[in-house]
Amino acid sequence: MKLLAIETATEACSAALYLDGALSERYALAPREHARLILPMADELLAEAGLGAAQLDALAFGRGPGAFTGLRIAAGVAQGIAFGADLPVLPVSSLAALAQGMARERGAARVLAAIDARIGEVYWGAYERGGAGLMVLRGEEHVTAPAAVPSPAGADWRGAGSGWAVYGEVLQARLGGQVVEVDAARYPQARDVALLAVAAYGRGEALSAEQAAPVYLRDEVALKAR
Amino acid sequence: MRVIGLETSCDETGVAFYDTERGLLAHALYSQVSLHEDYGGVVPELASRDHVRKTLPLLKQVLSEAGLNRADIDGVAYTAGPGLIGALLVGAAIGRSLAWALGVPAVGVHHMEGHLLAPMLEKNPPAFPFVALLVSGGHTQLMRVDGVGRYTLLGDTLDDAAGEAFDKTAKLLGLGYPGGPALARLAERGDPARFHFPRPMTNRPGLEFSFSGLKTFALTTWQASAGDEQARADIARAFEDAVVDTLAIKCRRALEQTGLVRLVVAGGVSANVGLRTRLQEEAARAGATVYYPRLEFCTDNGAMIAYAGAQRLRAGQAEPLAFTAWPRWPLTELTPLPA
Repeated sequence: MKLLAIETATEACSAALYLDGALSERYALAPREHARLILPMADELLAEAGLGAAQLDALAFGRGPGAFTGLRIAAGVAQGIAFGADLPVLPVSSLAALAQGMARERGAARVLAAIDARIGEVYWGAYERGGAGLMVLRGEEHVTAPAAVPSPAGADWRGAGSGWAVYGEVLQARLGGQVVEVDAARYPQARDVALLAVAAYGRGEALSAEQAAPVYLRDEVALKAR
Repeated sequence: MRVIGLETSCDETGVAFYDTERGLLAHALYSQVSLHEDYGGVVPELASRDHVRKTLPLLKQVLSEAGLNRADIDGVAYTAGPGLIGALLVGAAIGRSLAWALGVPAVGVHHMEGHLLAPMLEKNPPAFPFVALLVSGGHTQLMRVDGVGRYTLLGDTLDDAAGEAFDKTAKLLGLGYPGGPALARLAERGDPARFHFPRPMTNRPGLEFSFSGLKTFALTTWQASAGDEQARADIARAFEDAVVDTLAIKCRRALEQTGLVRLVVAGGVSANVGLRTRLQEEAARAGATVYYPRLEFCTDNGAMIAYAGAQRLRAGQAEPLAFTAWPRWPLTELTPLPA
């Protein structure tokens, strides 16, 4: 299985190449630089592997939630590559990728993923380790005030993401007893998008290029004049 | 060389396939007008979201109508500016990535260069050099055009663009969105003799424009009127006549000043029938010929981007993998192509 993954939903920008179980990645914390960085990253990874885009089996992207422009860069790049190289597409939750990274690096089995959604809200999802070490969403993804995030069942939860950096106090006050560790400097990464996408591909969840759509969660973006 | 053109700078998604040997192969457009209607103007976030949904389906449609497939694409052109940054980035992301996956070059096109070269898609295209009037919701400029990318600004608006003045005046007359075309339709029923609006900046030398005063003039005239339907139509007519007349006077002046005999009129407002008629008369008097794009290519479209991009790709121009978009980008800063 050869899969290229990209993730540009937050301040971090990354691309990863999955080659039959082996992963290579390019990652940069570079706000507002994603359009300049993402294709060179992908190009380097493929060149190192001696592959062309047409030799891939699938294309994965972090579909959000996150910064709107970043989500559209990911979806647009995914559409362009997938259509050009005739590849199926796997949209992966950026919150799930964030949780998966926390599991990979910290061995976390339960993760409360929070991405700063601005205007006093967070993008929120609770994840627990499932089969093959992959993180599975419990309940739904939300965009909500940090004081109103749903309380998860049980203890030993670990917090991850920029939502914890911005609203750490409010979140701790609400969930403190259930949270044993927080990594607020963590962002979703393409290598975790890739891992989740490979599993989704195996479940037959691949879509066609034009179905590569961002998931914004926040859909009230303008007031009607009448 | 066969080039795909993607236009996503504002509220229309346009895709076209252009062949430098055979001409325009196919084109498709999706207008978001109904999406923004309820908001009284273009909502940038909603526009960007819609471009993500519409671009690839239109691309597939265009390839299928041309009877070709992705392997027949030799280059990709996308609008890189000026325009709404979020909307531009959608076309840039899709276009640049598509080219990378296909292993062909890509080029970011200046939206107004697209408009300016749109008459080149017609049967009798103008030869260089010519005077161009670029007239749209965002621009009112007179240019001397000596070749692709060889533009000299002759005159610009000091405040509102002509299309913007149409839209704002339509709004204060209580017409719907988008107001410009609605105002032009209403003007057809107006009495041209009832009100007389000034022709801004025509009583002094120079090729500058100023349209914001006309909007104020329309407002005070409307407030002093009975506020009935006929007054609305008469004001629309007086306003349109003033804009058209002003543009025509400056175009003629630009032709005289440059000694050129060809006038190109492009951009959304160039679809205005009154303007077309008046410029025809004015150019004839100056011994010049007027060139327009066909009506559907006056407003935003993918065909003009494919055409302009093809000229630049054929000259060897190409974008790096690091794509970008320019919300502001003066036309006079473009790379000139050799004549």
